[in-house]
Formats: sequence, structure tokens, C-alpha cells
Amino acid sequence: MSDAPAPAPAPFVGPLDDKDRIFTNLYGFQDWGIDAAMKRGDWDNTKALLEKGQDAIIEEMKASGLRGRGGAGFPTGMKWSFMPKESKDGRPSFLVINADESEPGSCKDREIIRHDPHKLIEGALVAGFAMRARAAYIYIRGEFIYEAKVLFAAVEQAYEKGFIGKNACGSGYDFDVFVHRGAGAYICGEETAQIESIEGKKGQPRLKPPFPAGAGLYGCPTTVNNVESIAVAPTILRRGASWFSSFGRENNKGTKLFQISGHVNKPAVVEESMGIPFRELIDRHCGGIRGGWDNLLAVIPGGSSVPLVPAEQIMDAPMDFDGLRALGSGLGTAAVIVMDKSTDIVRAISRISYFYKHESCGQCTPCREGTGWMWRVMERLRTGDADPSEIDMLFEVTKQVEGHTICALGDAAAWPIQGLIRHFRPEIERRIAENRGGAPIMEAAE
Amino acid sequence: MADAPQIPDEAEVRARWGGFQWTPENAEQAKKVIARYPEGRQQSAVMPLLDLAQRQVGAETQTQGWLPVPVIEYVADQLDMPYMRAYEVATFYTMYNLAPVGRYHVQVCGTTPCMLRGSDDVLAACRNKGLVKGHTTPDGLFTLTEVECLGACTNAPMVQINDDNFEDLTYDSMTAILEDLASGKQPRVGPQIDRQTSCPEGGPTTLKEMVSENHDYRGQW
Repeated sequence: MSDAPAPAPAPFVGPLDDKDRIFTNLYGFQDWGIDAAMKRGDWDNTKALLEKGQDAIIEEMKASGLRGRGGAGFPTGMKWSFMPKESKDGRPSFLVINADESEPGSCKDREIIRHDPHKLIEGALVAGFAMRARAAYIYIRGEFIYEAKVLFAAVEQAYEKGFIGKNACGSGYDFDVFVHRGAGAYICGEETAQIESIEGKKGQPRLKPPFPAGAGLYGCPTTVNNVESIAVAPTILRRGASWFSSFGRENNKGTKLFQISGHVNKPAVVEESMGIPFRELIDRHCGGIRGGWDNLLAVIPGGSSVPLVPAEQIMDAPMDFDGLRALGSGLGTAAVIVMDKSTDIVRAISRISYFYKHESCGQCTPCREGTGWMWRVMERLRTGDADPSEIDMLFEVTKQVEGHTICALGDAAAWPIQGLIRHFRPEIERRIAENRGGAPIMEAAE
Repeated sequence: MADAPQIPDEAEVRARWGGFQWTPENAEQAKKVIARYPEGRQQSAVMPLLDLAQRQVGAETQTQGWLPVPVIEYVADQLDMPYMRAYEVATFYTMYNLAPVGRYHVQVCGTTPCMLRGSDDVLAACRNKGLVKGHTTPDGLFTLTEVECLGACTNAPMVQINDDNFEDLTYDSMTAILEDLASGKQPRVGPQIDRQTSCPEGGPTTLKEMVSENHDYRGQW
């Protein structure tokens, strides 16, 4: 349990109205192209948004309460305000948009890019203008091949209409948008690794400081934002900060794309109000838990790197940053992985450990060696081929990896294992006892 | 490094690929790619150019393509970067094949969200069609790889075969896809059940107007 005081549980005011959903073409029933997107309200007098001025845009974003949608939840407006207001040495500024969506469970940026790409491109212009950037690079993961095709074509369309490029939208501001495809590396979702990758290198995170806002892409001031954070910006500016902040609880404002996968009857991506109770989210949009609510075992509420939460704790929890932090987990990217009682829970977490072993960039020793070591122990715990004392040893090692690496991949590898041991220790012990072919062993073997 | 690819014999590879050059279309494309990055920062183009090169090798060999060492060097030369810097990139990212692959590169996602929805069945379907992880079938048609999360988790389990995603798979639908490909037919891309992209099966719970028309919700703001 976290010590931070959880915000008062505001009464949940019911589901979001369709008119308040930002991503209206989420499922791609309609064309993604620019003409169709304009009929839905994109690129609608963007010039007027820009005429509010840089500082006013940033203030509006701050007032909206938008927190970064890439997982860390840092306030977006504040992030933009860290960028230099003028270039003292002639260096340009850059906006980098993180579309490297690779966190197991996450699949929202994909829907934005392939079905509503113009929300992203318009957001790139608005955000880039507000932070006085000269260009945006959208870093899209390599495996999104079709999505990248759509994005390239959408950028082309925006250039043809004069919405980006020289004198973007007739505002007098020059702004370019480029698309950069990755080639398969989870770590490039980390902002400094992403910058390295755009520079044509291995995606290995940089030490901070210097922070990207001081020296990022090509040594220039850079802000890295998630796709969803950028794509919601034009709508927030059109409808006002107070509209956006009317959803969700204090400090957890706005609407959010939830991605529900695993053992629900109808997995789906859906935009909902922040703070929607877990049960409401699943019953309303996903047809309930497979086999009914009594069959729920545990939930990973924010993508693979956050600790799991057992069924009885998550059922009525509000799905937002603070609500899930109070349960010792996190909202992350709102990638909700649901597991019913048929799940081999140790295997499910062990598979996540394998993922992190595979994706460690190899730069820091605790992560490079630790992820492989942790996975190998997890595999033995899965079959019970271990000693009970190894559970504590594994926990101890996760604590030694956590916080001792340049980026958060070490932490991300440690947390799921910690969550498993915290909540499912009896299950691990049962397997060890069973493997030894007898009743549970009472003494701690040394 | 036990699961690192077996790099083919260098002398043979140099003999076969030493004279690699862009096709005229790809030479044009390469120029366009380099122009996306600031002057003097052409190294940024190494990833897209390696991808382009792999695709060209693929087109020449009727496979998904791979990156022979001389081809990596050709790209490095064009970008005026040390060969080592280009090898580093080619070996770091998983989408560059360092050894030849088959006509179809079957990449089954095995990460937890897919595992929960039955990626074991998908792998079993592959196995029963003679596909072995990390190997190419003797007829050169299929290479099987288990990959990490491909970002289509609400449509799990899924597989990416060359450039196409096949989603919401079962043992039977995966078998059917492999049979179609083997017989030269193009299977339907996307969800293999009656479902629109990531929309809940059976129809949307939100934004229902969008199904039939390009609805503009601004009138209700």
C-alpha cells in the first residue's frame, strides 16, 4: 500500500457520452483519410488554435490536468513548458512522438494511427508550435507495417493541404512532420533510447542529465510525448480545459483509451472516463469476465510492467493513476490484462520475465544479467523445481535490480515478479511441495 | 547467445551479394529517406535503408529477405558511416534477419496477453504443419519464429506473416492460413472471427452511429 493519500472517491457519474469521446473513428468503421477526418472535426480552423499563442496553449494544457498517456503520467503541459522559449545558440527544438507501443497489453496507439491519424498530426502541429519546435519525428514501431503506411500517407495528405510544412495552416509558422520506423526493440519506447534510435544507433538509453529538454535529438532541446497525449491536445484546446477536467477525479482527469485483453468475453479497446470502476469497464464494454466474476483470479491493470492485483482488490477499484497506485500497482498505459482462474499465474508472470530478458538492451549489468537470472528462477518456480528459500532470494534479487539501472526496464522486469510473490506466494510454495512429492514442508530449508 | 542466428559463410555470401546495388526505384526511395533528416545527420537513415535493402534482397530471392554482410556495408558506405556502426544496428533490432528466411516468415506472438488467449494452440498448429521454431521448412516456404508482443493484444492471439497481421486465431484458423499460403492463396488479413478491428465482438458498445455513417458529433457539444 502506498502512503500517498488517495483522492476522495468522487461518485462515478456513469459512462462517457459518445459526444465526449475524442477518438470517434476508433474502430475504423469510417475512412481515415483527410476529407473524412475533416468532416469529423479534425483540422477545423487549426489556425485559430495556434493564434491563442504558445503560452496560452501550454497554460490550457496544464489546466486540463492531462497527464502523459505513455505510462509515467507526467503532466503534459508542464513537460511542454520545460522547452526553451528562445534559442540562444541557434539550435532548433524538436518534438518526438513516441509510437513505439510495445508494452505487452498495449494496443491503443495502433488504433489512433491506423484509424484517426489526423488527430495525431494536428496534435503534432499544435504541440510542436506550443513548445517552439521546428519539426516532429513520429517514431512508430517497426512491426506496425500497415499502420506506418497509413501514417506516411496521412502526413502526405496534410502537406498537400498546406496544414503542415511552410506556413502551416496559414499561421506563418513553419513546421515539418517526419515518420521514422523502428525495427523491433521494446527499449526504444524509452525516450532517450528512442532519440538514439532516430539518430541511427542501437537503442540504448542515455544517462540523465542532460535531460532531453536540454539536449535531446541531435543535441537539441527535445520533448518526447506519447501518441495519445499528443492526439488529444487539439480536442482539449477546442473544447477547453474545463471540459476535459470535468471527467475523472482530482489529479486523474480526462478520458482515456483502455485496452482490455485476456480472459474477458469480448476483448476490446474503448475510450472511457478516467476512474471508471473496473467492474463497470468490463461489464459495459467487454461482456464480463469469462466464466463470471467468481472466476476472476487477478488483473494486470497497466501493461506488463506493473504488478498484478488480485481479484478481490481490483473488482471495484477506480481505474486511474492514484486509484491503482493505492493498490500497489499502476495505471501505466491502461492496458488491462485479465486472468481468470484457469490461468497458470506463475507461467503468465514467467513469460513476462522472458519478455524482459529478451528486450534488455544489455547496457547495465543488473538488468542484462538479472533479467535472464530472474527468468530462469521463475521457470523453475513454475514447475516447482526449486527450494522454498529461493522465493525470498528471487524477491531480494528483484530489489537489487530495481533502481540500479539507467532506465526503468530493470524496474519493469522486477515489479511483476514482486507482485506475484506478494500475492501468490502460497501457490508457489504449493508447487514446490507438490514437486517434492509430499505434504507442504514446514521448516524453511537452508 | 545460444539462440543467435547462424551467420552464413562469409566467402559464399560475398560472392553472391558483393555486387549488391539499389534498383532504380529503391535508389530514388533511398534519396527520399535521407532527405527526412537534417544535413550531416544522414546516419539517421540507416534503419529505413536497412529495411529497404532487406526488402530488395527479399524480392530477389522470393523470401521475406535478409541482410547479407556486404549489403549492410553497402548501406553504411552510402551513409558514410563506419561498417561497425551499421552492424551494430543490424544486430540490435529484431526485424533485421541476419540469416536467410523462407518465403513466409511466420512470427507468432507468445507474450502473456497472447499466451492467455491461446498462442500455444497457434504454435501447435504450426508444429503440426511441420514448422519448427527457428528453422525454415525444407521446401523453403515457412520460417517460424516466436516473437515478443506485437501490439495487437485485444486481438490475441495473433501472428504476423511478412507484412500482414492475422488476429483472433484458433488452432483451426491458423491451420487454414498456413494451408492457404502453401497453396498460393492469400488468406484474409486481420481478425479471423466476425469482428471489426479492436471493436468488441458482436458490435460496438459505443459510437454506434459511426458504423453506418461518418458521424460528426460536434453538433452535440
